[in-house]
Amino acid sequence: MTSQLLTDLSMFVLALLVGFEVISKIPAMLHTPMMSGANSIHGVVLVGAILLAAEADNTGAYILAFFAAAFAAMNVVGGYVVTDRMLGMFRAKPTAAKKEEAK
Amino acid sequence: MTTLSGVETAIRLVYLLAAVGFVLGLHFMRSPATARLGNTLSWIGMALAVAATPFFLTSIPDKSFHITTTAWIVIAAGTIVGAAGGLFSARLVKMTDMPQLVSIFNAVGGGAAALVAVVDFLRINSELTGSAGMPLDFSIPVGLDILIGSVTFTGSLIAAGKLQGWVSGNPIIFPGARVLAALSAGAGIGGVVWLAMSPGMVPFYVLAAGALVFGVLLVLPIGGADMPVVVSLLNAFTGLAVAMAGFVVGNPILIIAGALVGASGSILTKLMADAMNRSIMNIMIGGFGTTDAGGGPAEGGGTTRLVSGDDVGVQLAYADKVIIVPGYGLAAAQAQREAADLGNLLEEHGKTVYYAIHPVAGRMPGHMNVLLAEADVPYELLKEMDEVNGDFDTCDVALVIGANDVTNPAARRSGNPISGMPILDVDHSKSIVVIKRSLGFGYAGLDNELYTNPKTGMFLADAKKGLNELLAAVKEYL
Repeated sequence: MTSQLLTDLSMFVLALLVGFEVISKIPAMLHTPMMSGANSIHGVVLVGAILLAAEADNTGAYILAFFAAAFAAMNVVGGYVVTDRMLGMFRAKPTAAKKEEAK
Repeated sequence: MTTLSGVETAIRLVYLLAAVGFVLGLHFMRSPATARLGNTLSWIGMALAVAATPFFLTSIPDKSFHITTTAWIVIAAGTIVGAAGGLFSARLVKMTDMPQLVSIFNAVGGGAAALVAVVDFLRINSELTGSAGMPLDFSIPVGLDILIGSVTFTGSLIAAGKLQGWVSGNPIIFPGARVLAALSAGAGIGGVVWLAMSPGMVPFYVLAAGALVFGVLLVLPIGGADMPVVVSLLNAFTGLAVAMAGFVVGNPILIIAGALVGASGSILTKLMADAMNRSIMNIMIGGFGTTDAGGGPAEGGGTTRLVSGDDVGVQLAYADKVIIVPGYGLAAAQAQREAADLGNLLEEHGKTVYYAIHPVAGRMPGHMNVLLAEADVPYELLKEMDEVNGDFDTCDVALVIGANDVTNPAARRSGNPISGMPILDVDHSKSIVVIKRSLGFGYAGLDNELYTNPKTGMFLADAKKGLNELLAAVKEYL
């Protein structure tokens, strides 16, 4: 086993644990935006698509890389925009907001 | 240890910053007051990671590594086309159609992860010469990435089709479907092992074909009402596929983000399944409504009392405390605005109004909150099940709109399909009004004992039309 693989594995396992820990405390009313938010995070595969497209040097690879980049970009941009739209709708009562400010 | 160049160090640190943004983003989603900030942090992290990557590419010191102009065009064109598609669909989608859009975003995410592995595999495979094998720490993540990514790609597309109504929401089972599903799953998993042991094009095709077919057959037999749980599970799968893609291309941010989503998606899936009192296994095997032969009317029956909009108007006008219980029927009729109007009207006249939200009301957990938030209902009035159940004892009128199984007192007894499912204690209310299109069964195919309760009045109407009628009636008596 190379030290690179070991480092990668450690990150993978620790990130899994962080994921379990962070999510178990989210209220049900935010589950849909949460799911959509997590959905946009895995759009980070766009980084991988860009790295691979850079190594492409034949037509087949170009076509596949194009679809990989387009799919991933759609996942990222669409995911964040729709999550933001949803969260923007959660508004506090005007009076309650004022009370918060007064504190 | 090789020392990294200045640019490379900076880029690694940017990736670290992006990972921090993702974790904090999910963390801040804990409360509606900070959730939007969380999404923004996550978004900034993503933008940094994506923007840093081209700089990373240009800073690679190896002179033999040359990026063709076509490759740059492919990167730019792909990103712009995808981003535009995502932006427009996300801006234009109606909030009621949002679950299928999330499912489509999930499908393309899984597809992208699988394609990353495919492209890299094809390149390495063509470069292999003679007896030089493919290292296991490359071929195993490639195989897993193609397997998981392909399953979520076709599975999420079918799930979106079911939510949209393009594919029948009923469980689809044809002769031999289970056998074919098992075979395709076997081909997919077998393909991963085969690819690891002797890399080549044949195992690659077996793996890809098996996984794509299995994705379809996995989701087809599952009923439309279970789709939210399925979408959530596939979301977690995509996370894992992206983490595998990270192992393939050797990029830490993919590994971290993918694992984060894989873990959080699994927890969310479990929470959803728990709220429906079903195991994830039970849902994935499918067929709640299919094998349930006991779906006929329960014995004893009892009579229901039908009421008119006018009767309910009077009842509401003279009530002090009203709890509105919205369900799937409200979402299907897109009547969230009308429900909010009625709630506001009653509140303006000094009545206490709450909305009781069952964890699985709507089409996705929390979906009902989003719909009501869209209709400008302040989130303080949206009460979760545990919070609101005690309030039904002092409630004058509980107004149930298009909700069924989640209000059925039969869940407290054993021996029926919904036994043990947590329910809203609507029957504790002093009086109950149910707005429903017909006296049909709920999803579990069970008579709702709430409807035959002497305290209950049934107002048979479409949620939207019924609520408008109630609005007019209440105004007359206030």
